[in-house]
Amino acid sequence: MQTLFRKFFYGDYGEEKNLAAENNQPKQTISEWPLWEVFIRSKQGLDHKHAGSLHAVDAAMAMENARDVYTRRSEGVSIWVVESKYIHASNPDDADALFDPANDKIYRHPSFYELPDEVKHM
Amino acid sequence: MTTKEIENPLIKFLLHLGDNALIMGHRNSEWCGHGPVLEQDIALTNIALDQIGQARNFYQYAAKLIAEKSGEKLTEDSFAYLRDSWDFKNCLLVELPNGHWGRTILKQFIVSAYKSCLYQALTSNADEQLAGIASKSLKEISYHLRWSSEWVIRLGDGTPESKQKMQDAITSIWPYTNEWTNFTDYELNILGDNHWNIKENWETILKKVFLEAGLSIPTNGYQHSGGKMGNHTEHLGYILTEMQFLQRAYPNAEW
Repeated sequence: MQTLFRKFFYGDYGEEKNLAAENNQPKQTISEWPLWEVFIRSKQGLDHKHAGSLHAVDAAMAMENARDVYTRRSEGVSIWVVESKYIHASNPDDADALFDPANDKIYRHPSFYELPDEVKHM
Repeated sequence: MTTKEIENPLIKFLLHLGDNALIMGHRNSEWCGHGPVLEQDIALTNIALDQIGQARNFYQYAAKLIAEKSGEKLTEDSFAYLRDSWDFKNCLLVELPNGHWGRTILKQFIVSAYKSCLYQALTSNADEQLAGIASKSLKEISYHLRWSSEWVIRLGDGTPESKQKMQDAITSIWPYTNEWTNFTDYELNILGDNHWNIKENWETILKKVFLEAGLSIPTNGYQHSGGKMGNHTEHLGYILTEMQFLQRAYPNAEW
């Protein structure tokens, strides 16, 4: 049966072409540690930003590896880690359908309103 | 200068602390580029650098004290690169070969646990500069202890093979543990009555982590000593040969 939807994982693209048949899951051997994504907040009040990825056997180790790999030059005050398999990614092949329609709808930008002088910081 | 002539207990103590940190840091740095995975390679190299940084602080302070007392101009490099093995006052454990990853981790754990207790005691030392270096280093050491104890638990509580390897490592390293809390006169001079707490707190940490890791502590057996007084294993000579080569072959070389 042909499936309408397919679940994509972060990191699937690129490898997909080399994978044999319909192997949906990224390959992982027992000696290979799971991949984790690291998000770093550079200072209080800012968002956590994606910094990169690393391998670790569990969350505690991922946290420490993130500390050692991504914050050794004072880059952060807070770390998030999430196992990469829990991140679902949009398919690049869907880019036309997902993103192109927004390109010619400039009226969605709030740039056609006259702001009263009293309104500041806009 | 030969540091054999140094009799001041504070300077001796500073060199003891600096030598422990430098030689341990140098041993850790041997893993650079050889770690089991990239992330852990970086972690251990970070720890190596932290310790070499700590050694610098102790050596710089010792050089300053010597300059004040005798007018002799020394730098941190004089201590690291221009002394022979009998001048070094580090404990024997830090100069032992790394062996496999688990054995390296175990050495780091035992040393970090000891240092966390020692430096905690030093933060309230009457000598303000020593107390300052200790409290600055303590943050780094807390992380070293956390990182290494997690690894000891992982491997001890891991597969039958990893458990056996860790147990074997403990058996071979244990004869080098008593030396740490077998305090010399120059240590007692600086630590005073605090040394009882250090020994007790250290043993508490070791027991707690080994219990969680399912590893047993050998109860008796021969214990080595002498490092603190300059009597070292042959391993230190090899470390110094490599570490001091450049400075010995090209005195005052710079880049």
